[in-house]
Amino acid sequence: MWTFYFERLIVSLPSFLNGIWVTVQISGLSLIGGTLMGLVTGILRTRDVKVLRGLITIYVDVVRGTPYLIQIFIFFFILPEWGLPLEAFGAAVASLTLYAGAHICEIVAGGIESVPRGQWEAARASGFNWLQQMRLVILPQALGSILPPLVGQYVLLIKNSSIVSVIGLMDVTRVGWLTVQRVPEGLMVFGLVGILYFCVCYPLIQLSRWFERRLTIRDTTL
Amino acid sequence: MLSTFNFRVITDYLPLFLQGLRATLWISAMAMSGAFMIGVPACICRLSRVRLLSAPAAAYIDVVRSTPLLVQLYFFYFGLPSLGLRLTEQHIGIMVLSLNSGAYIAEIIRAGILSVHPGQVDASIACGLNLFQRMRYIILPQAIGETIPPLLGQAVVLVKDSALLSLISVFELTRAGQIMASERFMPAEGFFTTAACYLLLYYILKSFSGWWRHRLAAQKAL
Repeated sequence: MWTFYFERLIVSLPSFLNGIWVTVQISGLSLIGGTLMGLVTGILRTRDVKVLRGLITIYVDVVRGTPYLIQIFIFFFILPEWGLPLEAFGAAVASLTLYAGAHICEIVAGGIESVPRGQWEAARASGFNWLQQMRLVILPQALGSILPPLVGQYVLLIKNSSIVSVIGLMDVTRVGWLTVQRVPEGLMVFGLVGILYFCVCYPLIQLSRWFERRLTIRDTTL
Repeated sequence: MLSTFNFRVITDYLPLFLQGLRATLWISAMAMSGAFMIGVPACICRLSRVRLLSAPAAAYIDVVRSTPLLVQLYFFYFGLPSLGLRLTEQHIGIMVLSLNSGAYIAEIIRAGILSVHPGQVDASIACGLNLFQRMRYIILPQAIGETIPPLLGQAVVLVKDSALLSLISVFELTRAGQIMASERFMPAEGFFTTAACYLLLYYILKSFSGWWRHRLAAQKAL
């Protein structure tokens, strides 16, 4: 019986490869988009502009306070009604970008705030303008506390991309879901899907730990 | 946009949402206690010097953290019947959420225990305390306070993750939103009400976490 199921699983191998490609595309695009979004909002949040701060805080809270499943539903079912027709692919990438952006915003803002105030003052005293202060003094120091959670966030993003399968996108989770309707061996099918995610996410988690050991600047060294 | 938003319908469906809110709270509470029952032993095993204990615990934690919750959910939902196990959808959901959160809780508690200064441990060994006494009098009292904010963070994640149970037709908040959206063809009203309910839970947990952090900081300042 197991060999019979195994053969049917082999038959669906091409669709699994397709699914992997869709997952890679969606996670890759929203990873880039989310990083940019998070970097910009994170940096802006540390500036003393009340309105901007308030808006970004609302954005971060709403995204972090609601399940991603609801967010993808809103993007896929509601935005078209309000005159913003998004295909499933666009809705997936847009919602994942906003989702990752909010979390990365927190990470970036936290990293910047962890740099001692004196560094800002010293940079300003050296005659740097705001952009130079940020780029030459603050960000290089903040990187140590940004990189480890940032890579961790990428893992979360890749894992959450499995949820886009509910709006019919043929990602690897959706392929598994369709396969299990024909091959009723849930342990085998989703075991395989799980292994695929594991192969990507586990090395990233190790990378995050490695960054943590290497880059975290302890303030006791001074 | 808002002019077409039908507030009347929401009041009609309020009982359904309250029921969904109750179900979400119940599921989250059950899963959170299940996660503790898995996470605390897993953490103790992980910290053990006996490899026969620490290796399986580490493997469990890594596998859970490297695969999407949705895939874990499908793995058990489609897989258990082929093992001859028949559980209700709600029980499967609570089990998977417990297994998932258990791994994160194990890591949180481990970080809390490791955050206790090594000198404290050395001193307590020098005082002749055995392992149990060291845990009870020296390590845990210091570690517990530190772990409360991340544990509340994990509770937020758990409440949001429980939305995925709607995909295996467990009745909870998200399911309530879906029912309303499909019965009245009003996805906006349905999903925004659901989102508002989750936001409410998020702000309650977040403010409690903030209050606790404040307390911790005040304690340290003393």
